[in-house]
Amino acid sequence: MTENYPAFLVVTPLLFSFVIYGCSWLHRRSCLCIAIVGLSISMAVSIGLLKEVLVQGHISYHLGGWSPPWGIAYEVDPINALVLVAIATIALINLIGTSREIEASFPDRKGAFYALYLLFVVGLLGIVVTGDLFNLYVLLEIASITGYSLIAMGDPSRAPLSSLNYVFMGTIGACFYLLGVGYLYIMTGSLNMADVKALLPPLYHSTAIVVAFTFCLVGIMIKMGFFPLHFWLPNAYTYAPSPAASLIAPLMTKVMAYVMIRLIISVFSPVFTFSSSLANRGVVILASIAIIMGALMALSQRDIRKMLTYIIVSEIGYIVGGAWLANITAMSGAILHIINDTVMTFCIFLAVGAISKKMGTVRIDHLTGLFSKMPFTMAGFVAGALSIIGIPPTCGFFSKWYLISGAMKAGSYSFVAALILSSLINVALFFRIIETGFFAPPHQPLSSGHAVVAIKEIPVSTLIPLLLAAAGLVAMGIFSGVIMSRVIQPGLARVF
Amino acid sequence: MELQTSIRPLLAILASLFAVPLIIVSPRPNIRESVSFLAAAFKFAIIISMLPAILSGKQLVFTIINVVPGAPLQLKVDAFGMLFALVSSSLWILTTAYSIGYMRGLNEHAQTRYFCFFALALFSTIGVAFSANLLTLYLFYEILSLATYPLVTHHQDQEARISGRKYLTFILGTSIGLVLPAMLYLYHVTGNLEFSSLSTLAQKVPGQVMPGLIFLFIFGFAKAAVMPFHAWLPAAMVAPTPVSALLHAVAVVKVGVFSIARVLLYTFGVKILAQLNLGTPVAYVASFTIITASLIALSQDELKRRLAFSTISQLSYIVLGISLLSPKGITGALIHIAMHAFGKITLFFCAGAIFVATGKKYISQMVGIGRKMPVTMLAFFFGALSVIGLPPCGGFISKWYLALGTLQNHQLVFLVVLLTSSLLNAMYFLPIVYRAFFGQEEASIQGITAIKEAPFWCLVPIIITALASVLLFFFPGVFLCLAQLSLP
Repeated sequence: MTENYPAFLVVTPLLFSFVIYGCSWLHRRSCLCIAIVGLSISMAVSIGLLKEVLVQGHISYHLGGWSPPWGIAYEVDPINALVLVAIATIALINLIGTSREIEASFPDRKGAFYALYLLFVVGLLGIVVTGDLFNLYVLLEIASITGYSLIAMGDPSRAPLSSLNYVFMGTIGACFYLLGVGYLYIMTGSLNMADVKALLPPLYHSTAIVVAFTFCLVGIMIKMGFFPLHFWLPNAYTYAPSPAASLIAPLMTKVMAYVMIRLIISVFSPVFTFSSSLANRGVVILASIAIIMGALMALSQRDIRKMLTYIIVSEIGYIVGGAWLANITAMSGAILHIINDTVMTFCIFLAVGAISKKMGTVRIDHLTGLFSKMPFTMAGFVAGALSIIGIPPTCGFFSKWYLISGAMKAGSYSFVAALILSSLINVALFFRIIETGFFAPPHQPLSSGHAVVAIKEIPVSTLIPLLLAAAGLVAMGIFSGVIMSRVIQPGLARVF
Repeated sequence: MELQTSIRPLLAILASLFAVPLIIVSPRPNIRESVSFLAAAFKFAIIISMLPAILSGKQLVFTIINVVPGAPLQLKVDAFGMLFALVSSSLWILTTAYSIGYMRGLNEHAQTRYFCFFALALFSTIGVAFSANLLTLYLFYEILSLATYPLVTHHQDQEARISGRKYLTFILGTSIGLVLPAMLYLYHVTGNLEFSSLSTLAQKVPGQVMPGLIFLFIFGFAKAAVMPFHAWLPAAMVAPTPVSALLHAVAVVKVGVFSIARVLLYTFGVKILAQLNLGTPVAYVASFTIITASLIALSQDELKRRLAFSTISQLSYIVLGISLLSPKGITGALIHIAMHAFGKITLFFCAGAIFVATGKKYISQMVGIGRKMPVTMLAFFFGALSVIGLPPCGGFISKWYLALGTLQNHQLVFLVVLLTSSLLNAMYFLPIVYRAFFGQEEASIQGITAIKEAPFWCLVPIIITALASVLLFFFPGVFLCLAQLSLP
């Protein structure tokens, strides 16, 4: 049973997505239940897998019994097991939290929505778990195509065009990646990651391998929205329907960032990747620029959701920079930040989705009186905001801690400056919203004592997931030492 | 030094955190305020229960969890932390009483929110006091910054909005922009952030980086309001007076100087600071703040603003005392944390009482008010004496030690600074008292013939803190003992 977990993880939601689509013709009301059951199984399996891998250290699963390099292998190590848990948990919590809105927004298309939702999750889980370069491409396309469709289901006036833009950019990114894999295949004759890694060392000086690496990297960077390749991102995430936005925005870019790290540590190896200190420094400087530009562009937005999308661009800069600082502290910081940023982006997108539903707008200057109307939603929002700013004990502080220590170790003080500056800009970004929400214009005279404020909270089914995510931010901060020492560093120990 | 593992520091901190949900769900104001009271009393009781162990030279330690290698979330109660915790937790009880009188007297809105964040602020204040390393201290420092924001902006009007923005810009801007990189640099170089009186961490820091690092900490802990990072404190006076009293005369601002003292004495260590002769530049910066803030205070007509500038100046006394790097100077600085707290909170309580009873905020309107509110103004007199540093009030003792500290190191310049500032203190406080009792009454108060004091709940804390200021002159024992135990 346990040995088949890697397959269950991916196959269960895949089968369930077909069942849901079939069910949407027969009994439409049960779609949601089926989706929840499917994702719950994935989540339970991913947690079981994490437990298992912490004991065993590494799990290799051969699909269909074909042994690699000919067959497809699923490789689980502590790090990707953690990413899997994050994906499966967030997908499930988001589904529960936004189910009311999904039911209301897509009354006759909800079967399709749920099926796409699960397929998207299949793609992400597969990307993270697979140990095969071509299989990764296939799953990447599954995730991307379902992502495009989910985004296109948003506001009919803007979403289809934004999605189309994303399709173009995403396809270019995928092509780049595929070309890179092609080069690798020509040079090594293998597609299995571990196999390629073993075959590469004698070829490190070959230009073809450098080109292969560059193609893969650029492709992945387009997909993760690394500045200046981010142009598809803000509109796609802004105009997506909010249930899809709070699924795709936290997960897609972070999974792609994980793929970058995966390629570095289990295909090309840090020795090859970081062999040119000039290139390392170049990428770190690009990342610093990404961080600052993302923050500045966020500052110029009037719409919260669009502002958040630029914050994602900035956060991707954190991860890329952390990875390319080329030491274990910064790399573990980057990996921790992938997990942390996933949860905090999710928390804040869920809150903003709920706010936009309730207020009918997400323009910052229209959001007056939020704190008295929706105190608990705003508590969740503030928790997400504090984590993005990097205030302890939320988890955002601790990944930033490792990133900055790693940058100091590498002597890259411009990256330190970029991180500190972006934290300061984030303070301005979020307190602008908090101020607007807190200092309500005096619509009604403030009554005294135990004022009777008309609290109009969001439904409990949304509020509880939101508060769970918010509590998760604090818990992950407090337990970041445990995550680091028990999961991330054992995973990296074999590599660095 | 004997270390002892104990969960009591954690309980002391959590007492007020657990009060928060209870305050939120309280159905009636009376229950809500009782919860606040109980939490405050419980917290104080736990802290007192740790006092004998500390006085006998022990330290209590509790590790919550390892977050970063070399810097766990850890609590440690030593004499210095105990001194500060004792002051803030005892004054929280009184401030809770005062808050009830003040908030009900003025019929303020959102009182539940107010009591919640007050409890949260005290949670983090005691957390700072009991932090065993710089990371833990930073964590509680930041929670405190955020917990006070809704208190400062309590009135939710345009003025509060502007002040709140100033408050955040200064406090969060410096803690993220200056302290965070300094702390990470220290961690990068030493791999350890623990506070210890035998600390040798700074030996690993290159000498030429040290001055920069020290000033990053001194300006970065902007809650200490060392100029030029002081402007948030007068702005924060828009808060309801109990907030100004406990947070902006005791808890928040003292957290600032406490953090500076922790870093200078327990991270860098007196020996290394003396070797590199880094005390003197810090002392000059502090002296500049002392004199300038006192001069500005002279020209303020709004009572709370005058008190705010006086606080800025008094906080730098503490920084000055530490930077003297002499045993007497440090002792003086540490007990000044306690002495100034009792004196200044009395003054703020009085300012609030006057506002509740008569609605007056400006000193020019307070002529003759002593005859209407004799108890309040008498308490004001004693509070003022303590802040000026005259017997028979506690402030005299700390100033005495500070003065001895300057002599111990033969730094007469700073003695002149101390004396000049005392003179200025007298110039901006005593005329208020004199005119309140003997001045020609203003037309607006003339109508009131009978004695009209502030509500009972306001008056009692004022009397207690004023008495405490006087008693501390005769019995400074506990604080003196704790201060001497904290000497590195």
